[in-house]
Amino acid sequence: MFRRLPDDLLVVSPEVAIVIDGRPCTARVGDSVAAAMLAAGRVACRTMAMTGAARGPYCMMGVCFDCLVVIDGRQDQQGCLVPVADGMEIETQRGARHPRMKEQK
Amino acid sequence: MSRRYDLVVVGGGPAGLAAAALGPQYGMSTLLLDEQHAVGGQVYRNVMSSPFTNPQTLGDDYLQGVALIEAFRRSAATQVQVASVFAVTKTEDGACEIALTVGGEGGRRTETVIAEAVILATGAQERPFAIPGWTIPGVMTVGAAQLLLKTSGIVPSGRLVLAGTGPLLWLLASQYLRVGVEIDALLDTTPRGRYAEAATHALGFLTSDYFARGFRLLREVRSHVKVIEHVTALAAGGDDRLASVRYEVNDTTHELAADVLLLHQGIVPNLNLSNAIGCAQQWNDLQKCWEPTVDAWGGTSVPNVFIAGDGASVAGAEAAEACGRLVALAVANALGRIDARARDEAAAEPRRALERATRGRRFFDTLYRPAHYFRIPRGDTVVCRCEQVSAREIVEAVAAGCLGPNQMKAYLRCGMGPCQGHMCGLTVTEIIARERKLPPSAIGYCRQRFPVKPVTLGELAAMPTTEAARQVVDRNGAH
Repeated sequence: MFRRLPDDLLVVSPEVAIVIDGRPCTARVGDSVAAAMLAAGRVACRTMAMTGAARGPYCMMGVCFDCLVVIDGRQDQQGCLVPVADGMEIETQRGARHPRMKEQK
Repeated sequence: MSRRYDLVVVGGGPAGLAAAALGPQYGMSTLLLDEQHAVGGQVYRNVMSSPFTNPQTLGDDYLQGVALIEAFRRSAATQVQVASVFAVTKTEDGACEIALTVGGEGGRRTETVIAEAVILATGAQERPFAIPGWTIPGVMTVGAAQLLLKTSGIVPSGRLVLAGTGPLLWLLASQYLRVGVEIDALLDTTPRGRYAEAATHALGFLTSDYFARGFRLLREVRSHVKVIEHVTALAAGGDDRLASVRYEVNDTTHELAADVLLLHQGIVPNLNLSNAIGCAQQWNDLQKCWEPTVDAWGGTSVPNVFIAGDGASVAGAEAAEACGRLVALAVANALGRIDARARDEAAAEPRRALERATRGRRFFDTLYRPAHYFRIPRGDTVVCRCEQVSAREIVEAVAAGCLGPNQMKAYLRCGMGPCQGHMCGLTVTEIIARERKLPPSAIGYCRQRFPVKPVTLGELAAMPTTEAARQVVDRNGAH
């Protein structure tokens, strides 16, 4: 669980409207997609291709690749490296797309 | 950005900024390529556009980045942001050809640049911290949490546990206290007896200003947070999100309810690019990590490829900045812009700064060297996050005859996922070393291959080609 610090501590940057899994949310200019998802209460951002297990951002600096999400229809985007933009549509990346993959492990 | 530069610097942290700012002063056309949206690296991330109304919120050390970035901006160096270098190869005339992607989402394109010399200033990353449950959402690194604070003013809510060892752990705790974030517990994994061991290495350092500052920081945190010392085991529990943290002290297990667990056990050089280029590397047995082999001027085993800063050896931001200056002078000398005497004269000041900045290093390296039971996991603990490979599977592969990390890729795919071994490489080396009863230096590291950053086939196909490259595949032309 994450929250943004109160406004009296922060230089309040403009809000942008984004959509996370079909749900409208607001983020702030300067947020990465991964940060915006955390602030919106989403700790997990994808599921593993092999097991279907949930994963969330781990390193926030582009090395762990655990924050992969679908951004405006493009999959495998590193959420921690991409800044939010007004109107951006973000989706949880569902790893196990083939139903049998999940059963095998 | 043009096609050819005398010097290309990869990475815009303290080492890269210092090196790139100096390049043009010695008549070298200089290009800085940085992966982020603004320079500063991880340590000075967002320092020019901090989200805090009070710039002092994150401390004085963070604000050191302002002067460094301003000096770089005044220089004649060219700067390209959101630039990911994925390959560096040598051309026939000994120069370096750099392949990179530029720009983000949708607008991303591939480019190549030729450089007479390259300085890799790709910095460091946090050491893997493979405990049971470290892949559960809600568990992240201390560095990750600090980046959320620096860039967006976002902090954990609910029950928060910090665990591990090292200066960054205590720094984040103090920053959280300053902005009113409550920490439920800090689980200190520094092994018993380390203070005494570290002190014998650095009696002089104990009287220094650095030590006094560090000591004040620790005292501040201890007076506000429940600190549990000598923790010998950690495990995160929960399914789709973190629910609890289990820890062991004096052979007794305790459990805390938790919403966020932040882990840290030090920082290690980011090796992927230097290793893929073919730069020799060696095992640092004090810091328990691999380091590219560099001379006193940052020169590697590959001609015209230099490394500056934490990417060569972890010593912190101040040392990295001094190191960046030294390596830029070495390049100016290598490219014939200054003779050795002028280089040595100009190097006197940064050498002194480097010495000052690294004075307490041996103390910290000894004090915060992570315990073997947190570096080398056992059982079902996931080691390779990408391919979901456990410590047990790695041990079994060694028993079945697997000799090293490269073979381990073929056995289990560990190190072959999108992170390319960033999160498991060190652990895999040390597990194999333990099982084979050999030092890590005899086991080696997983060989990195280009592209070291993900690129699509479409992006590769769109790269500019040379006549020679075209002839390789043009059968009609060849016959």
